[in-house]
Amino acid sequence: MEKQLQLVKNGKRIDGRAFDEVRPLEARVGVLKNTEGSAMFRIGNTLAIAGVYGPRKVFPKHQEMSEQAILRVKYNMSPFATTERGRPGISRRSTEISMVIREALVPVVFLEEFPKTAIDVHIEVLQADASTRCAGLNAAALALADAGIPMRDIVASCSAGKIPVTDSEGNRTGMQAVVDIAGKEDTEGELDLPIAYYKKTNELTLLQMDGITKKKEFLDIIKMAVKGCEDIYQVQRSALKHKYMMETEEALR
Amino acid sequence: MISLDPGVIREITLKGKRIDHRKFDEYRKVVVESGVVPMAEGSARVRLGDTEVVAGVKMGVGKPFADTSGEGVLIVAAEFVPLASPDFEAGPPGEAAVEVSRVVDRAIRESKLVDFSALCIKEKEKVWMVNVDVNVMNHDGNLIDAVGIAAIAAILDARLPELDENDEVVIGTKTEKKIPISGIPVSTTIVKIGNALMVDPNIHETEAMDARVTVGTFEKDGDIHLCSMQKGGNSGITMEELEKIVDMATEKGKEIRNLLK
Repeated sequence: MEKQLQLVKNGKRIDGRAFDEVRPLEARVGVLKNTEGSAMFRIGNTLAIAGVYGPRKVFPKHQEMSEQAILRVKYNMSPFATTERGRPGISRRSTEISMVIREALVPVVFLEEFPKTAIDVHIEVLQADASTRCAGLNAAALALADAGIPMRDIVASCSAGKIPVTDSEGNRTGMQAVVDIAGKEDTEGELDLPIAYYKKTNELTLLQMDGITKKKEFLDIIKMAVKGCEDIYQVQRSALKHKYMMETEEALR
Repeated sequence: MISLDPGVIREITLKGKRIDHRKFDEYRKVVVESGVVPMAEGSARVRLGDTEVVAGVKMGVGKPFADTSGEGVLIVAAEFVPLASPDFEAGPPGEAAVEVSRVVDRAIRESKLVDFSALCIKEKEKVWMVNVDVNVMNHDGNLIDAVGIAAIAAILDARLPELDENDEVVIGTKTEKKIPISGIPVSTTIVKIGNALMVDPNIHETEAMDARVTVGTFEKDGDIHLCSMQKGGNSGITMEELEKIVDMATEKGKEIRNLLK
């Protein structure tokens, strides 16, 4: 067997991060011209763009709801986003991710304000290095806010997992819960737990898990993910504030 | 089919009751029959109350994926046939069917209980392709759990076909060999309606739910391990609720596992 890559050294991770530290974040709103609202969200080497159309007329009409708007989300990964080319078009994976992202956003959007309309959110992952659904969701929440759609809060999304801790000989000595698994950790990581966090109510609006754990460890990992969401939430807020500060300054000039 | 107003279900739930008089942690009667489709390599019919699904395993020889060149492939695909509900349409699987397939698939795969390297025939060239197709025949709620139970029962029932000298399947044969699996992964779904958490929602409870969480569990060396999770529905859940959900799913997973042993 190949020697286990040493992922934890001197209490730091292989890319120098602390266990509870997310990769460098960047968020910007209003990045597209033709959409009503748009945003870019970057976490390390993962980059997603989201755009929002609507509230607008519903086609096909039978999807229309008389007392609220419908929220439609399409997540797509560009074929060139990964090391090996991805097949363009809808897959089982993208169908499921679109669905869980929609369900993560519905609790915060005032859909009842726009009966008989559709709000369409399109997410494009341009670069994928783990946590693409989280980056896509973070961009989507910002794009909805940028489109001026009333929301109860911004949803922030982040993943956590666990990585093996080894001694210098490569023998496994334990596991470490870490936030935002990426890069070299991704292939060796043993658990992936993406969540979305609705801060105002302390609720999880997205929750998925792949990998083996036990209850106590699971609760530790999920706390890591919530902490990551808190950091991301601050970056989302300042991205929105930044745009509207710039616009106000321009108007006053 | 009569559709009940979700408001009625909520009211009943508030009173601490369920429409079919079950307790919140009580499953409907679970019936598992194996070997119901002799043409398939393995099969099972599962009934959860009036929810009925039929799973069939078909096995062939194919090329492995590049990143797992020494491992066989297992794919679960749920089909919501129009017979099962007036809401199901013919055609390619919609997002609900895709979700059920992927959630069940994930619990089985991530448990690492199936020995995929033993399903390799010749590295980088030929591996067993295990297709687990599950038809929903009648929809009365809780499809994820029903499909999950049927998929694993069909896998346990399956016998590998014979291979000829070129490592191709001899059509219509069966050997004594089983799919190598060292435990039973079970998906258990807990739904939230108002403040109540309950197992095995029927169709009315499924339609009235605020949120659901499916937890994949298995037993190894006397311990219960969690191997997958999926939240669905249009509301959030709190950490306290999640902790309770994990406990409930752990307990109910044991019951289902006992039925499959």
